[in-house]
Amino acid sequence: MSSHGESFADLPVAPKPPLRRFHQARWDEPIIFELSHPGRRGVAVPAPDAPPVELPEGVRRENPPALPEMSQLHVLRHYLRLSQENLGVDLNIDVGQGTCTMKYSPKVNDTFANAVAELHPLQHEDTVQGVLEIYWRLERMLAEISGMSRVSLQPGSGSAAIYANIAMIRAYHAARGEGHRDQVITTMFSHPSNAACAKTAGYEVITLMPDADGYPDIEALRAAVGPRTAALMITNPEDTGIFNPRIREFVELVHGVGGLACYDQANANGILGITRARDAGFDLCHFNLHKTFSTPHACGGPAAGACGVAPELEPFLPGPVVSFDGERYGLETPERSVGKIRPFLGVTPNIVRAYAWIMALGAEGLREVAETAVLNNNYLMHQILQIPGASAPWDKRRVEQVRYSWRELAEETGVHSEEIGVRAADFGVHYWTSHHPYLVPEPFTLEPTESYSREDLDEYAAILAHVAEEARRDPEFVKGAPYNQTIHKIDPTALDDPKRWAPTWRAYVRKHLSGSGSEG
Amino acid sequence: MSGAFTAGLVVNPVAGLGGPAGLKGSDGDDVQREAVARGAAPRAGARAAEAVRALLARRPGTRLVTVPGPMGEHSAWAAGADHDLVFIAPPADAVRPAPGGAGGAAVRLAPVPAAIAEVGGAGADGGTGADGGAGADGGAGAAGAGAVAWDEVAGTTAADTRAAVRALSGVDLLLFAGGDGTARDVLDAVRELGDAAPPVLGIPAGVKVYSGCFAVSPAAAGLLAAEYGEYGEYGERAASPGRRGAGGLTEAEVVDLDEEPYRAGLVSARLYGTLRVPAARERLSGRKTGSGTLAPGTAEGIAREVVSRMRPGVRYVLGPGATTAAVGRELGLPTTLLGVDVVETGGEGPRLVAADVSERELFELVTGREAVAVLSVIGGQGFLLGRGNQQLSPRVLRAVRHLLVLATQQKLAALGGRPLLADTGEEDTDRRLGGHVQVITGYRESTIYRVAAANEEHI
Repeated sequence: MSSHGESFADLPVAPKPPLRRFHQARWDEPIIFELSHPGRRGVAVPAPDAPPVELPEGVRRENPPALPEMSQLHVLRHYLRLSQENLGVDLNIDVGQGTCTMKYSPKVNDTFANAVAELHPLQHEDTVQGVLEIYWRLERMLAEISGMSRVSLQPGSGSAAIYANIAMIRAYHAARGEGHRDQVITTMFSHPSNAACAKTAGYEVITLMPDADGYPDIEALRAAVGPRTAALMITNPEDTGIFNPRIREFVELVHGVGGLACYDQANANGILGITRARDAGFDLCHFNLHKTFSTPHACGGPAAGACGVAPELEPFLPGPVVSFDGERYGLETPERSVGKIRPFLGVTPNIVRAYAWIMALGAEGLREVAETAVLNNNYLMHQILQIPGASAPWDKRRVEQVRYSWRELAEETGVHSEEIGVRAADFGVHYWTSHHPYLVPEPFTLEPTESYSREDLDEYAAILAHVAEEARRDPEFVKGAPYNQTIHKIDPTALDDPKRWAPTWRAYVRKHLSGSGSEG
Repeated sequence: MSGAFTAGLVVNPVAGLGGPAGLKGSDGDDVQREAVARGAAPRAGARAAEAVRALLARRPGTRLVTVPGPMGEHSAWAAGADHDLVFIAPPADAVRPAPGGAGGAAVRLAPVPAAIAEVGGAGADGGTGADGGAGADGGAGAAGAGAVAWDEVAGTTAADTRAAVRALSGVDLLLFAGGDGTARDVLDAVRELGDAAPPVLGIPAGVKVYSGCFAVSPAAAGLLAAEYGEYGEYGERAASPGRRGAGGLTEAEVVDLDEEPYRAGLVSARLYGTLRVPAARERLSGRKTGSGTLAPGTAEGIAREVVSRMRPGVRYVLGPGATTAAVGRELGLPTTLLGVDVVETGGEGPRLVAADVSERELFELVTGREAVAVLSVIGGQGFLLGRGNQQLSPRVLRAVRHLLVLATQQKLAALGGRPLLADTGEEDTDRRLGGHVQVITGYRESTIYRVAAANEEHI
């Protein structure tokens, strides 16, 4: 500030305070269906010159679709208002949603994605050779990045891709007459979807706890493996940001009993071009293109996934996958495929975005992404650990994220990590704690990817330092947050209650407005 | 919860005295006098005030009811809290149940002008609880801010704590400040009250605070109490009653060490029972994980897994504790919470072979048969054997051979990487039990966790 000189009063524009005076917009915006007025149109289509051709009876709707009827301006305004009631990735310094790898999704790639928007997923292969080429080339790139021999872009990401992995594991063992293998081993700091998907697929799940150094306990793994072991499903680095240096031994222990080793690359952003899943001996892996490869997260997850496998698992890949005979691209379903995980070939707009992102960076650029992400993380860790009351357990260097602890601050002030997160939102930034159960007490997880500048990281650290200081000075004030948000606290219990949750407007009307009390 | 949320407060004012003095507890008048001679000053009242402040800051409309003097009133004043006082009936044995009234609340639960309450004292007759149940135990630091003089609190006993709990039985939630010994006294009173007993929550203020009924800090106790006041026993807003799960009430174990042997370097803890306490509610920003009906962390999920593993003709030895009690419930058998029970499954369905057996009976029941011991982790220290389940002696353990170990993920997480402990009294046995074992954490869910001989670990 001092560089501005002494007399701010003389400046035509007053300098901004060191901490942003954020305030969330409140529009009280209704749900779009409530804005509908019969007869309103976005486009007034002129009446046809000739009498319309009669549609065959079989394809005619009996009732018009129950879509909102609105003008273009009202649609635009509706979504702009919703965007202002949000703290999206393009708006805030989104380093607080650790493990989710929030990074910039280049807007130029949207123009390429829009170019494929009008394709139909059931078009004949001959008419979509260009898109299939993009699928093929992206598949080869991801195979190179992971070291795997083939990749399927058919599944969604996150749990969809993890489910594809466990489905392949099950099919592989069944094909070898080893269907008795009914245990899957994972670790406490791996992404919990691994345990969840394995359980969904009918497996018993053994979760390894960390040892005194914060690594998954290899002695526990030794005790866990056996003839019932189907697979190890593990993230590395784990959600602590700690890379397991004995990962190859983990893989070998599982291979030693005939199990498969499956790598959840959810945290790949710090190891791109540095280590590869196959080089550590893994048999299969998946990437979330919405994390490492910059595509939009799509409401917290189900964007495009990519499952990579070693040669012995190729016959089980989800399909269809794209084939290439040197001249023409085609679609094929592997011989013993686990089938489709989601409809059609994949999430094509995100396949295009990820392809464009990799092509723009090149191999050296990908490695630079990882190196910058690691550098950013270690810079931010240094800043955070200057804040009295904040700590990072196990006293280790981290890769691309850190699970920190406010234990000391909470003991001193009674202010909990969740409350600090709510107060941080008053400064316009997002903040997340940890999956459950909290192994690290009073946790918070920060992951500054390569997208953020030094100023961004300083600002984020300054916000947390300020809130920690507030907690010491006036804990009740922090507990009363938020003050600059429009929604104070929401009751999340409906999310667990099938009678009340409503993922669609139709379900909302049925469960809450119809008065019939019908269950869903 | 209709009307204003009413919180009760009972303070064991001598709790925590022995800790700073290195006396490993504060049970008994002699120990308390020794502690004071070594420079300790009562702190429990100040810690209780801290909890009250946190409660009222979060939920200002709360009605606070407490008992006169250092057993609550002083803390209410220290917290600057409006409060109503209830006079305590003559302690323990002298209480006669009011005709038709529940649980002998021969007291009036009515506001009393604070000035009148200056009579103070706890109406105590000063009888020292034999095991020093006033269970003073202890918290941080010796004398300092918030400390009160010893003579203000001397003479309060286990009987006073019990009488105060009885007197406050009409509240929505009873907060008590003390340690494991105090928790035992509260448990005794709650048992006397039966269905009329309110849920309780411990404010940690003792030397030994191993029981699960305590919040992690006084401020956390206040916050949890406020959340309970807001969400009620069903764990959510009144608009949608009928579900337990996120929040609500849960059973928490009361454990205590015997202080005499503890001072001599021997650890001998017991599980005394369970108290109904508010469950810590998952907070808003932690909700990246959902929860299901058999979410990890539920005793029901663990019990279902244990039952699914049971084989006909095998005898299962169920150790004490809330988690193993859930196994009994899953089987539909009247197993005991605190005792060791033996069950069998087979042709005619599950059968209770014997309940609450002694070591000798147990040895006879398992010798020469295929038997499996089902054990849960007791308290916050991670004890698997030798705490509350001494019936599982070395010779019994040699006879059963197989162990099924049960613990919620939360309980293991709270150990912070420390191993589970075996202390059977025989070093060879403890060592043989050491190593990695599978711990069942839910239905179709387990972890692999290290067990160590207790005498090789620092507790």
